Amino acid sequence: MAQVERKGAVSEELLREFYREMLLIRRFEEKVEERFRAGELPGFLHVAIGQEAVAVGVCRALQDDDVIASTHRAHGHTLAKGTHPNELMAELYGKVEGCSKGYGGSMHLYDVERGNLGANAVVGGGLPGIVGAALAFKFRDEPRVAVAFFGDGATNIGTFHEALNLAQLWLVPAVFVCENNGWAESTPAHQQLPIDDLSKRAEAYGMKARRVGGQDVEEVFAAASEALEHARGGDGPVLLVCDTFRLTGHYVGDPQVYRPRDELARLRETEDPIEKLSARLDLTDEDVQEIEAEVVEIVEGSVEFAKAGTDPQPEDALKNVYA
Amino acid sequence: MAELTLVEAINSCFHHELQRDDSVMVMGEDVGRAGGVFRATAGLRDRFGPDRCVDTPLAEAGILGTAVGLCMAGWRPVCELQYDAFSYPALDQLITHVGRYRWRTRGGMEFPITIRMPYGGGVRAPELHDDSPETYYVHTPGVKVAIPSTPSDAKGLLAAAIRDPDPVVVFEPKLHYRTMRGEVPEGDHVVPLGKARVARMGSDLTLVAYGSMVPLVERAADALGGDASVEVLDVRTLKPLDEQALLASAAKTGRVVIVQEAPRTCGYAAELAAILAEKAILDLRGPVLRVTGYDVPYPYWQIEDAYMPSVERVVDAARKLLQY
Repeated sequence: MAQVERKGAVSEELLREFYREMLLIRRFEEKVEERFRAGELPGFLHVAIGQEAVAVGVCRALQDDDVIASTHRAHGHTLAKGTHPNELMAELYGKVEGCSKGYGGSMHLYDVERGNLGANAVVGGGLPGIVGAALAFKFRDEPRVAVAFFGDGATNIGTFHEALNLAQLWLVPAVFVCENNGWAESTPAHQQLPIDDLSKRAEAYGMKARRVGGQDVEEVFAAASEALEHARGGDGPVLLVCDTFRLTGHYVGDPQVYRPRDELARLRETEDPIEKLSARLDLTDEDVQEIEAEVVEIVEGSVEFAKAGTDPQPEDALKNVYA
Repeated sequence: MAELTLVEAINSCFHHELQRDDSVMVMGEDVGRAGGVFRATAGLRDRFGPDRCVDTPLAEAGILGTAVGLCMAGWRPVCELQYDAFSYPALDQLITHVGRYRWRTRGGMEFPITIRMPYGGGVRAPELHDDSPETYYVHTPGVKVAIPSTPSDAKGLLAAAIRDPDPVVVFEPKLHYRTMRGEVPEGDHVVPLGKARVARMGSDLTLVAYGSMVPLVERAADALGGDASVEVLDVRTLKPLDEQALLASAAKTGRVVIVQEAPRTCGYAAELAAILAEKAILDLRGPVLRVTGYDVPYPYWQIEDAYMPSVERVVDAARKLLQY
């Protein structure tokens, strides 16, 4: 029996592209975890395993000259905005070939040419800048939108409120995408948020808001498209809350003592956005293997590319502080 | 040349720079309709429109953060923060973004932001309206800092800051906004960043100061008149510092007193003293002395005169040093 087309649904072909991209992000981040545990990637790394549908659903709804600001959990956004996995992996290895030339690392991924205004190590750090970029688009009458990603924890910080207030006051073309994964590092939602429905934060500013299931890429894409159209059309900013799940610790190596032991296993069974999409697409084993082989090759290639990269020279750190 | 007050000179700079370059814009609380609490931005909104002179809510992190985004999109925003201490909520954006973007992106992003604020005491204002927070800014990599002491420099340094490709913080001595008048060149007037000014030539002792302390040390120099030939060096740009001018004056006089209004510990005077210790030790005839504020919050008006460096304290330090 032919499947009934869902209203506003995206084509099967596009959904397959989403699947491929989400799987690429997943395999990329699993590789990052593996290389971290192998001792090749020092420092702090935050992966967004489980949140791929938000990155892909929102970024695929963008136009090329739209801009984003990301968070400390930035690999997915960065890949989805078009940065090549080689450049991203090289950045994690601190190489000159990296997207931030080896000076940013996981929490400061930049790709100015592709409209990535940067990841942010400080929670809420990117929101005011997105208001400014959007204000600039408005002043110049350019049909572009600026998008800020942030987590539920960021809605408690001052810059979130200042940014939403300014954005609505000036009716700038901005979309604020809250990746609501229910955790601020190791603090659960009920210990840090006085309300359940974060889309209500927008009410205080008279801002349009939507809340969608963030594990369904089709739903995210549809909601993001609508929010972007609203902003681009001059009707003002939108707060888009995507309820999602962090199917991993806060950072790579997090023992997660704060989380019930069986929770992750259960959520991985029921809330994996890639599995959900796979089921929706009715992919054959052959399809899955083909896509799997393709993304694994890209990821392996990115590690080779990164390892063969150029180490930055200490004296270069003294450059570019000033013009 | 027109004779203007210090704040009129700033206003004249804005009218010229906004006319000269249409990517220059001003933003801050009350800068538009009200023309700024001190009238520094008077007339800009009427002349250039609300998109070039943007009234904002009182939200300093939001103001500077918005400027970050505007900058990325090709504007040259000039942010007014109403008072010295009101800049602290914006320090987050300044330290985490403004000073770092060029470095992080390896020159991929220009950051021509100007941040200006009235600073300093002596106006009988309550706490948090009289701070001298320049050191926080000087200490932040990627940020330049200028402090004018005359109407002419107020216009010229602000013009240089606006045209500079890097973030520049300009502190304006609010004590002298209206109490100081001086000749100010009309039209184009730029005082390059990184150039100190010898405000007075002398051979026995150098008094080093900036901003509101410059007129004070000039009075101290007058008071010392008969006893010593005093040179006054107005630093003008704290970062980048005109080190050559500092060392040249120290080489000439061999005695240096540095005066700052800010609290003492790790203040800008300490940096100047360290540079002199490293590079001018053989030229010095005595220790480098500092006359500074105290390591306390700026006190309320009944006792603020006791906090502020005075002519007497500067003269005392100078006399002590002249005895070496």
